[in-house]
Amino acid sequence: MASGNRSQAAQGLTLIAPPLGYAVLVLAAPLLTILAYSFFKDGYLTVIREFTLENYRTVWADPIFHRIMLRSLVVAGLVTLATVVLAFPVAYFLSFAVAPQKKAMWLFLITIPFWTSYLIRVFLWKVILGYNGVINSGLKTLGIIEQPLTFILYNVNSMVITLAHAYAPFAILPIFIALEKIDRSLLEAGRDLGESRAMTFWRVTLPLAMPGVVAAALIVFIPTIGDYVTPALIGGGKIPMIANMIQAQMLDLDNRPMGSALAVTAMLIVAVISVAFIVLNRRFLKVRQ
Amino acid sequence: MKGRGLRAYALIYLLFLYAPILLLPVFAFNSGTIIAFPLKGFTTEWFSQMWGNASLRRALTNSLTIAVSASILATCLGIFAARASTRFAFPGKGPIMGLIMLPLVLPEIIVSISLLVVLLSLGVQLSILTVILGHTLICMPYATVILSTAFNSLDRSLEEAAYDLGETRWSAFRLVILPLVMPGIISSLLMSFTISLDEFIIAFFLAGNEPTLPTYIFSQLRFPKQIPMIMALGTVLVLMSILLLTVAEYFRRRGIAKTGTKDTGGFL
Amino acid sequence: MTTPKSTAAHRAAMAGAKPMIEIREVQKHYGDYHALRGIDLTIRAGEFFSLLGPSGCGKTTLLRTIAGFEDISSGVVLIDGQDMQDVPANRRPTNMVFQSYAIFPHLTVAENVGFGLRRDPRSKAEKAAAVEQALEMVGLKGYGSRASHALSGGQRQRVALARALILKPKVLLLDEPLSALDRKMREQMQVELIKLQRQVGITFVLVTHDQEEALVMSDRIAVMFEGQIAQLDGPEALYARPTSRRVANFIGVMNFLPARVLGETGDAVQIEAPGLGRVDIPMANVSRADPGDDGPSIGFRPEAVSLVAPGAQGANRVAEGVIDEVVYYGDMTYYDVRLDGSGSFDGQARPVRIAMRNVFGREVQDVGTRANVSWSPGSLVLFR
Repeated sequence: MASGNRSQAAQGLTLIAPPLGYAVLVLAAPLLTILAYSFFKDGYLTVIREFTLENYRTVWADPIFHRIMLRSLVVAGLVTLATVVLAFPVAYFLSFAVAPQKKAMWLFLITIPFWTSYLIRVFLWKVILGYNGVINSGLKTLGIIEQPLTFILYNVNSMVITLAHAYAPFAILPIFIALEKIDRSLLEAGRDLGESRAMTFWRVTLPLAMPGVVAAALIVFIPTIGDYVTPALIGGGKIPMIANMIQAQMLDLDNRPMGSALAVTAMLIVAVISVAFIVLNRRFLKVRQ
Repeated sequence: MKGRGLRAYALIYLLFLYAPILLLPVFAFNSGTIIAFPLKGFTTEWFSQMWGNASLRRALTNSLTIAVSASILATCLGIFAARASTRFAFPGKGPIMGLIMLPLVLPEIIVSISLLVVLLSLGVQLSILTVILGHTLICMPYATVILSTAFNSLDRSLEEAAYDLGETRWSAFRLVILPLVMPGIISSLLMSFTISLDEFIIAFFLAGNEPTLPTYIFSQLRFPKQIPMIMALGTVLVLMSILLLTVAEYFRRRGIAKTGTKDTGGFL
Repeated sequence: MTTPKSTAAHRAAMAGAKPMIEIREVQKHYGDYHALRGIDLTIRAGEFFSLLGPSGCGKTTLLRTIAGFEDISSGVVLIDGQDMQDVPANRRPTNMVFQSYAIFPHLTVAENVGFGLRRDPRSKAEKAAAVEQALEMVGLKGYGSRASHALSGGQRQRVALARALILKPKVLLLDEPLSALDRKMREQMQVELIKLQRQVGITFVLVTHDQEEALVMSDRIAVMFEGQIAQLDGPEALYARPTSRRVANFIGVMNFLPARVLGETGDAVQIEAPGLGRVDIPMANVSRADPGDDGPSIGFRPEAVSLVAPGAQGANRVAEGVIDEVVYYGDMTYYDVRLDGSGSFDGQARPVRIAMRNVFGREVQDVGTRANVSWSPGSLVLFR
């Protein structure tokens, strides 16, 4: 309790040691192992500890990797776009139209589906969107269509819908938080200075909400690109994304150096895209609220 | 005026969020074996089938063991992390907290595959213990966030007051801090429990031959005749999750009310 | 317990009391920041002592040093003759009333007050009686079973006082205890705190940034700037004879005029000031100038001078001038008066502020009218 600066630091470090040690052992060490493996040679069923860049060369030259990575990026990009665009009005509604004492309840309602049975929810979308699924069978029963709709079948579209649904709450929360931070008198000032409601939104609200939008985009994009379940279930394994490919290399083919190089490359690409995205939006992020 | 259109949109959005969950009980009680319209008739057969299923029981036991252990471990680690980050300044705080929070954004496939590779190369036998290891890791950031809110809302002089009134540092913590963050601890336990119970990827890669509820469900999804039972199981799981989350939220809010601070929003 | 004494009697009794807290050469560093720069201070047993200063002056750090919440970088802290070097806060004979009161929100009022009695060997019933007695002392009789989060600010403070005093500490430390209260409540609590202190006879050490509060309550006050004690004195001496312009400025309002030192006799300094002419300042009223001041100056309080009718008789000297500004406050009126010849030094006119109580029958003067200002050399302080 009696504490100068040094003992502050010492006490803090003592306290943080258990969780830090855990994160180092169970997270950092494995990640570094993967990084190391990616520079090793693959002997069949073993790993030869010899430095090589061969794995990366193979990954970069592999047309399958190109196709799957591109698909993952496209799917994640579409999911991000869909979730953010669809989520913004909801966040706006929550922040500006809902009475303060009801906000927590709305947030709770929105987050509940996120925590419940991810696997079953993904599977249900397959059931909903399938050839004889809920939508097609329902529409046929009602006599609206004769033949099942095919554009929602096991393809990229259905993956986007499924993932957009799964990550929806992730997009709402950061935008909501950014909107909550906006000083309401700024909007009144905008109106007072002669702007219309729409222009005030465009020139004041939206720029101030941008940090939230950027955070929402990243928080959806990064996990989506690594999603394993949706391609496995919805795509029926026929349209794999990068996570499925890493899994196949690592376990099915048991080529750990190659799988590691794949994982590291994918993480690098995601990191570069994320950083580029932040840099492109830095004008908005400078706003101190 | 502007609220009306937005409200309608928000309600439709909410419906979209809940649509799959709402379909669960519909098909869980439908006597048809195919998940499609039109519905056939009402039955509780799928629930009794579920009840009598031995491998499902085993999966449930495993899942509960894992969820209880992981939530306790993650919450304990979270208490340390939250206390350190809210009360002390120490060198490297930013990067250290960043590493602890990293599983929040890192795709689970990366976490599980890299952990798997290390465990295999160390010759560790895959079991529910290895799943507990992984689940503790991914629950830890959530626990830390929830507990940080709880610790943060505490006036630092409360602790000093207890110390000043003759208590030791530990008894001050036990008599004052612990009771006040208890709602946060319960909330963190329930939250971690729910996450672990629902987690698939890590369990899929790290459980070896042991089934957990999600991996069991995943394995059964290939067999069309098992689907109605899975619907019944899903209904039960969703109800359980909602119940747990509601209790967690109740405790979180009570904690806020207790220390007399303002509610700043949900779990994130 | 002693019977309450009058303030003056109490102060007189305090002057000879034995030392309770002795602080010798105390230094405190936070990294590069030098929070306490050689504090030397003796606080007497039974004294109501205040540490007064602007925020960041080190007064709270000094209080927390006494409490044991902060380690000192060097120096010695003695409480009742015992070195506190290796005594942690929980074993020091001090208790604290925190700025936020730090009332445990999960405990009732009685549980809060009895918190420190956990290790007390007395029976449950005896402890309950002690709690009840402590509550009665702070005027919260019968509040024991109340939930603490439902209390008002004033009640929280009383609980904090009872909780600290029940342990019969040798020293009670109060960290800005009144700053969270509204003005009325604050004034009421000031009086109650003085009464309480006289009643229990415990040494009180108060930290405050409010000079009025310090003047009202304290036997002695240490004014602190930048980790050092600038002046240590009783309230009247501090107000009437500040030893530096900085202290004078911090405590109340003071008029300053440039001065020329003409000569020095054994017991006075002769100076000349614009508008006042030649004055002999008694040695007791000569203070040192701060490094930032440009040359010697004289200072006097607005209420040490007054407006009088022309030709009024009295021992005081009279200067003439023109009223520049009138500010009416209800009970008081402030006049800014430009004295004739006030620009004689450098051509710069320096109006002096005069405070007049608005007694019945006395008219408020108008701007621009001529005025006679009565003053006495004894109320002037010279800073040189």
